[in-house]
Amino acid sequence: MISKLINRKIFTLLKVQYSNMLEYRVEIALWAISGIIPFFMLNIWTNNNLNESINFSDVMLSRYFLCAFLVRQFSVVWVVFSFEEDSLMGKVSPYLIQPLNPFFRYFAQHLAEQITRFPFALIIAFFFFILNPESIWIPNLGILFLSIISTFLSFLIQFLIQSIVACLCFWTEKASSIERLLFIPTLFLSGLLAPVVSFPEYVKSWIYLTPFPYLIDFPANLLSGNKTNISGGLSIQILWIILLFPLFKKIWSEGTKKYTAMGS
Amino acid sequence: MNLRKYLKVYKNFLHTSFASELEYKTNLLVDLITAILSLIGSVFLLSIFFQNNSYIGGWKFEQALIIQGIYTVLNGITNTWFNPNLTEIVKHIREGTLDFVLLKPIDSQFFISLKKITPSGFLEIILGFCLLLYCMKINQINLNLSFLTLCLITIICSICILYSLWFFISTTTIWFVKTWNATEVLRSFLYIGRFPLNSFSFSLRIFFSVFIPIAFITTIPSEVFLGISQLWKILLEVIVALIFLSTSRKFWLFALKFYSSASS
Repeated sequence: MISKLINRKIFTLLKVQYSNMLEYRVEIALWAISGIIPFFMLNIWTNNNLNESINFSDVMLSRYFLCAFLVRQFSVVWVVFSFEEDSLMGKVSPYLIQPLNPFFRYFAQHLAEQITRFPFALIIAFFFFILNPESIWIPNLGILFLSIISTFLSFLIQFLIQSIVACLCFWTEKASSIERLLFIPTLFLSGLLAPVVSFPEYVKSWIYLTPFPYLIDFPANLLSGNKTNISGGLSIQILWIILLFPLFKKIWSEGTKKYTAMGS
Repeated sequence: MNLRKYLKVYKNFLHTSFASELEYKTNLLVDLITAILSLIGSVFLLSIFFQNNSYIGGWKFEQALIIQGIYTVLNGITNTWFNPNLTEIVKHIREGTLDFVLLKPIDSQFFISLKKITPSGFLEIILGFCLLLYCMKINQINLNLSFLTLCLITIICSICILYSLWFFISTTTIWFVKTWNATEVLRSFLYIGRFPLNSFSFSLRIFFSVFIPIAFITTIPSEVFLGISQLWKILLEVIVALIFLSTSRKFWLFALKFYSSASS
C-alpha cells in the first residue's frame, strides 16, 4: 500500500518534470555542449604527447575523456541553485506543507533532465567517434551495467553534498557561493580535466580519501575499460552515500526548524 | 554635457550595486577563497602537463604562467562586470522588463552593460596582477614605458573582444528567449584561454582564432608580455577588437527591431 503510494508519487513527479524539461530542450542541448571541456583537454594531452609518461595509449586516453564527458553529463547537479532561488522567492513554504520532502521534487527534476539530455549526449559522442574513429569500442554488458550504476552513485553523492549545502540556505540565504567554492576541487580533482593516474604522488597519497576521484575518474575508467578496482570503488561510493545521507537528514531537520518564510 | 550625465549615472549604478552586494558580506570571503583555490587548481593542472615535458606548444612553464595570470585578470573582469549584467539581459527579455530600460532617456546598451557590479571579482583581478608581477620576476622582464603601453593596449583590446562576445551571445536571447545556457557554452569555450594556443591541434587553433577569437584574448597579450610578439599581431588584435565592438553595437540595434515585449 505504502510502496504503491510512493511509486505513484514518484512517477507523477517524474512525468511532470519530464514534460517541464522537454520545454527547455534547447537549453539542455546547450548545456550538454558546454560540457565538452574534457575534449579540449584530450586535445592538449594527445597533441603534446603528454600521455607517454603515464602509460596511457592515445586510444585509451580518448576513450577515458569521452567517458569522463559522459559521466559528467549524467551526474551534473544544480539543486543548490534551484533551492536557493525557491527559498529566496518564498516558494519553499508551500512545498514544506506538502507531505513530501521537497528534495524529492528536485531529485525528480534532475532525473527528468538526464532523460532529456540523453539524446544530446549521444549525438556529441557520435560526433566524437566520427572525428576519432580509432577510439570506437563496445564495452561488455556487465561493465556497461556497472558503470551506469557507478555513474548513478556518483550523481547521488553529488546530489547529497549539494543538498547539504542547499540546506545552508536556511542560515545564510546565499548558499550558492559555497557551492561554487566546492565546485573548484570537484573540477580539478575529480578527473574531468586530467586522469587521476597522472597526478603527482603528493596528491595521489591523499586524494583517494576524498570523494572526488569517485565522482568522475572511477566511473570513467570503469566504462572505458581501464584497469580499476571495481568492487573497491563501488563500495567506497556507497560508503560516502551512507555517510552523507544522515548528515543531510540532520541538517534538513535542523534547518526547517530555523526556516522563516520569506517573500510571503 | 552628455559624458558628464553618463558618469553621474554610472556613479549611482556603483552605489546601488555595492549596497546590495554588501548585504552578503560572508559571500565576499567565500568568493575570495574560491578565487584563490581556482588559481591554485589551474596552476596544479598546468604543473601536471609540465611534469615530464619542459615545453608545451613552445611555452615553458614560467611563460605559461603569464597566460594564467592574464586569464585570471580577464576572468575577474568578466565576473565583476560582464557576468552579472549580461545574464540580466536574458531575464529582462524573458520577463519583458526590457521595456523599462528602453523607455529610459539613456543609451540602452550602456544601461544594460554596466548596471550591476559584483565586487568580489576585484579579488580575482588583484590575484591575477599578483601572479603577473611574480611572472615578471621569474621571467626577468624589464619594465619600460613602451612595454607598459603595449601591454595596456592589448589587454584593453582583449577586454573589448571579451565584452563583445558576451554581449553578442546575450543579445541573441531577443530571438531565442530561453538561452540562459548559451553563456555557459561561451564560458566553457573561454576555458581554453588558460592554455597557450599552440598546444592545441591545428583545426582547433583555426577555430579558436577565427570563430571565437580566444587566441587574441589571452595568447597575444601574453606574447606582448614576454616581448616576443610581432607588431602585426598587435595591430591585428586592435583591428579585431574594433570590428567586434562595432559589430556588437550594430547587432544590438538590429536585434532591438525584433524585440516584442513579453507579458504586458
